[in-house]
Amino acid sequence: MLRILSFSFALLAGAVAAQTEELVVDLSQNHVAITADYSGSEIFVFGAIKRDHPLPEGTAPLEVAIVVEGPLEPVTVRRKEKKLGIWVNAASVEVEEAPSFFAVATTGPLDEILTESMQADYAIGIDHAVRRLAHDSDNPDMESFNEAVTRIRVDSGLYSERDGIVHLTDETLFRASIQLPANLVEGDFSAKVFLIRDRNVISQTTVGIEVRKTGLERWLYNLAQDQALLYGLMSLLVALVAGYGASELFRLLKR
Amino acid sequence: MQIYLPIAEVSVSIFLLFGLGALVGILSGMFGVGGGFLMTPMLFMIGIPPAVAVATEANQIVASSFSGVLAHLRRKTVDLKMGMVLLVGGLVGAAIGVQVFKYLKSIGQVELLVTLTYVIFLGLVGGMMFIESLNAIRKSKKTGVVGKKKRHNWIHGLPFKMRFRVSNLYISVIPPFLVGALVGILAAIMGVGGGFIMVPAMIYLLGMPTKVVVGTSLFQIIFVTAFTTLMHATQNHTVDAVLAVVLLLGGVIGAQIGTRIGVKLKAEQLRILLAIMVLAMCAKLAYGLLFEPSELYSLGAGGH
Repeated sequence: MLRILSFSFALLAGAVAAQTEELVVDLSQNHVAITADYSGSEIFVFGAIKRDHPLPEGTAPLEVAIVVEGPLEPVTVRRKEKKLGIWVNAASVEVEEAPSFFAVATTGPLDEILTESMQADYAIGIDHAVRRLAHDSDNPDMESFNEAVTRIRVDSGLYSERDGIVHLTDETLFRASIQLPANLVEGDFSAKVFLIRDRNVISQTTVGIEVRKTGLERWLYNLAQDQALLYGLMSLLVALVAGYGASELFRLLKR
Repeated sequence: MQIYLPIAEVSVSIFLLFGLGALVGILSGMFGVGGGFLMTPMLFMIGIPPAVAVATEANQIVASSFSGVLAHLRRKTVDLKMGMVLLVGGLVGAAIGVQVFKYLKSIGQVELLVTLTYVIFLGLVGGMMFIESLNAIRKSKKTGVVGKKKRHNWIHGLPFKMRFRVSNLYISVIPPFLVGALVGILAAIMGVGGGFIMVPAMIYLLGMPTKVVVGTSLFQIIFVTAFTTLMHATQNHTVDAVLAVVLLLGGVIGAQIGTRIGVKLKAEQLRILLAIMVLAMCAKLAYGLLFEPSELYSLGAGGH
């Protein structure tokens, strides 16, 4: 009885401690503009932890995990198989919720600072970038297709997981710089910051990041979508003018 | 210097793109091929999504072919009459090809069939050209004169004869029409201009002089690729204007240089070079089909 009491007291104390630690987060930029000369960018995530009371003695050390994520999108994954001596696309699967971008930054190795189940619950870690859906279990092969999405995107720099790049000062101030690759696709991104203690998430905050094409990039993209025929004819005109221009230029040079 | 492509949604080096455009442009001017069968795989390799690569490269070929044709027109090495016959056949063929493509898509094996068609046609055409031009070079070395091609075969027995003055031919319109139609079908299925099939067909099947073949092939390619560009732009929205401009700036300059190189080289040398290139591309595609790829999985845009 006494044991149960002390246990629930400890739980209560933990909950109170969690509530008294408030997370304040900001970004170096809430808006990433993709211009014609865009070649990757960097987002600086920083913040502080507000406390009403000083921490009791013997509290486990604080850890921080940051997840920057692009919009969830469906992806068609195809697998090659050898048929009649040649390699062809055989099976294909629709992976419904895969983020276009996924970067995890932490204060230390993920498995040491956070339990496996917590990693899964909060989708922290590249193994949880691609969301598992309930009906996925209908297909026994699904796991290998999900893993393929992660593997291919890690190789192309879209998914990443980096230990120790979040710097924490006096358990109060933290900062991390997240690299955005050159092959970024526009959309509504988010930066989630998790406070971790005793391998459990005790607090989290989400900040939105808008990634948008601007200027010429925006204009051309909209034209291609909304005025497709005009855009196509314009492309042809540019091609003919360039062809004629080069021909005339070389005729002049030859004289 | 990096440039972000608005439709492809990737950032690539502008110099790399310009260089690729120039390289393919030189080949285009030299051989009268659109260069699509070389450009498409190269664009895949630098990370351009396949759908965007195919559509944009069609647009680029319009520019380099137009530039090449103007140079050939000045030299009077375009058989416009023959070009028109081929073009009529080409448009009929392209219309059929689009339907075939749709059907293959519905049964779900379009990629395999495209690759297989490439391997078979590149292998056949490349092999034939290589052997023939090797024989021609041997012959010219022995006798000192270029061996004259046979000018009379079964083709000359067909009806609806027409005189093609520039090509110095008096033949039936049926063979060029059929050649145009076949190339049109293949162009629609394979997503290229089809010059690498057209050029040997004109030389060996129709017996046209090599110098006229290049300009005439380019003339027909302009229209086929312009048609393809419009189809992709309106139906798939996959033509990337920024990518096209950089590629075509390189391409049109390359085509001018290529035309000048082509005029200086002997016909047999020109043909053997093209044959080697066609065979190399064939070997590369065959390798991909026959050997286990390092990554079995590939990603495509989702949504049904």
